[in-house]
Amino acid sequence: MPVLARWIEAAGIPTVTVTMMPAVAEERRAPRIVGVEFPFGHAFGMPHDAAMQRRVLEQALRVLAGAGSFGTRVDLDLEWPVPLREAYRAWQPKEPSPIVKKLLESRG
Amino acid sequence: MIVDSYRFLPRSFRPFYEGRGPFPGEADPVWAPFEKRLASAKIALLTSAGFHLKSSQAAFDLERERARPEWGDPSWRAIPSGTKPGKIGVAHLHINDEDLLADPEIALPARLLQQLVEEGVAGAAAEKHVAVMGYQDRSLKDWRETTAPQIAAFLRQQGVDGLVLAPA
Repeated sequence: MPVLARWIEAAGIPTVTVTMMPAVAEERRAPRIVGVEFPFGHAFGMPHDAAMQRRVLEQALRVLAGAGSFGTRVDLDLEWPVPLREAYRAWQPKEPSPIVKKLLESRG
Repeated sequence: MIVDSYRFLPRSFRPFYEGRGPFPGEADPVWAPFEKRLASAKIALLTSAGFHLKSSQAAFDLERERARPEWGDPSWRAIPSGTKPGKIGVAHLHINDEDLLADPEIALPARLLQQLVEEGVAGAAAEKHVAVMGYQDRSLKDWRETTAPQIAAFLRQQGVDGLVLAPA
């Protein structure tokens, strides 16, 4: 996804990437990054939590419009309000994805 | 506060992401300056959560991915700004879709963006946002050669000044 941001940016459209893996977005050289410590599938926060979603989107817009240079990264100081073990389980698919299944089978 | 990028990732997945450096050929900075004031700029959103319109668009092709696990559907969908939550389907085999279906704003906050436009924070919202499915063939060949240029042209046609991308 950070590479998709690069290709769209190279086509002339400024981008910001809102991501739970900002260190990876940096390594992949995304132009502007907002980091969130949220589970996968939840870039803007908890379902139906308008205030939390608003904080993320407003921060993203500020970084999009205001970042002065390539590689700008701002991490949001927001804690996921669900205990880690529960949240870790909750984001994952009910059955392993095909590639995970294949890797597990290849390990025997 | 520095976000822990691996907090929710199974430990065995971490080597697939950490320390791999730039994508081949993608190490140089790319930069398009954001030239307008936010309050007069038109903003689009892009999610990789595999959203599609249940009534009028094909879902991302999960059957082919099941048959060829290294492959992910590289196509994209246009999601109109005013789409009601119940109209959105999710096709993504790597995440649980329950919260996404319950409140698609957690991945594509179109209603919230519209509200910020009404408050004058941003100038306008794109009439149509963009959805892709984030699990892709490692070469990203189709995304690079087809999907990214198509999305950029689609955003340009709408006069979009900036894009907020959110990986699922």
